[in-house]
Amino acid sequence: MMKKRNFLFLLIGTLFGIALMKSEAVSWFRMQEMFRFQGFQIFGIFMTAVPSAAIGIFLIKKLKLKTLDGEPIKIEKKEFNWGYVYGSLLFGIGWGLTGACPGPIYVQIGSGLSISIVILVSALAGTWVYSYLKPRLPH
Amino acid sequence: MDIIDLLRRPWPWYIAGPIIGLTVPALLLMGNKMLGISSTLRHVCAMCFPANVPFLKYNWRDKLWNIFFAIGLLLGGFIGGVLLQPDALMPLSPDTVNSLQQLGISPQKGILPVEIFSWAHLFTWQHLLIVAGGGFLVGFGTRYSGGCTSGHGISGLSTMQWPSLVATILFFTSGILTANFILPLLLK
Repeated sequence: MMKKRNFLFLLIGTLFGIALMKSEAVSWFRMQEMFRFQGFQIFGIFMTAVPSAAIGIFLIKKLKLKTLDGEPIKIEKKEFNWGYVYGSLLFGIGWGLTGACPGPIYVQIGSGLSISIVILVSALAGTWVYSYLKPRLPH
Repeated sequence: MDIIDLLRRPWPWYIAGPIIGLTVPALLLMGNKMLGISSTLRHVCAMCFPANVPFLKYNWRDKLWNIFFAIGLLLGGFIGGVLLQPDALMPLSPDTVNSLQQLGISPQKGILPVEIFSWAHLFTWQHLLIVAGGGFLVGFGTRYSGGCTSGHGISGLSTMQWPSLVATILFFTSGILTANFILPLLLK
């Protein structure tokens, strides 16, 4: 059964996607500009997004807000493993080349760029191969 | 009419950044969900080709919210890129235009350079390495590190998780090195 709540998630994703698109955070050019420290747009997005999220979470804790279902908010702690290191280094290479992290890939496709389907399919292949090799990789 | 006109223009960082950031508390309030987009790639794999791989054998139906979020991203791309298409993009730094021109990339007309990211130019080994090889590493690397720019960079940092800080520093460093030193080798 499809939950009504899922449409709320769709709505939030849509807003997120519009913001990425309109701020050009999905642009390969803009990303190259950031990687070369020649522009502020992407850094600015990052540097306002993180504190906004942190303030929101602070308020949730301070006001002891609950979820729509009335459950207490819980944030799972991440346990460090070496996969964070190896994985991030590999992801960075892919990001530097395609200028796209997973979010922008979807947004690019939605904006009508059929070539980004190649990036998506390749990313799915990468995810699948990692899943297959996981037991044999160092973590 | 004026509002539509305003929305159609490129959005400055101080508008987009907070909207993106506030997604984190919004998802928590909606049901204790942690913003993270690379996970959707895993869910699609689990949904479509699990092939008995243990890491892909779980009930993806519990993660359907994440898929709906990704469909939202597609819709957002359509609304932001097609319905609200701007008359002009934000100007790119002249230094970037210059550096890219030296690599044979003409000044931006859209959000992807046609010299690499187009069906007509995809099929050289260098371009395939950039587009498909890069895409593969995005999928492989984000799952290996358990997150991407959204999951580590935004959710992880804003909830002060030090493994996410390690991940964010490393993928930024690796991206910077790749864009400055590896990409030029593949384009010249």
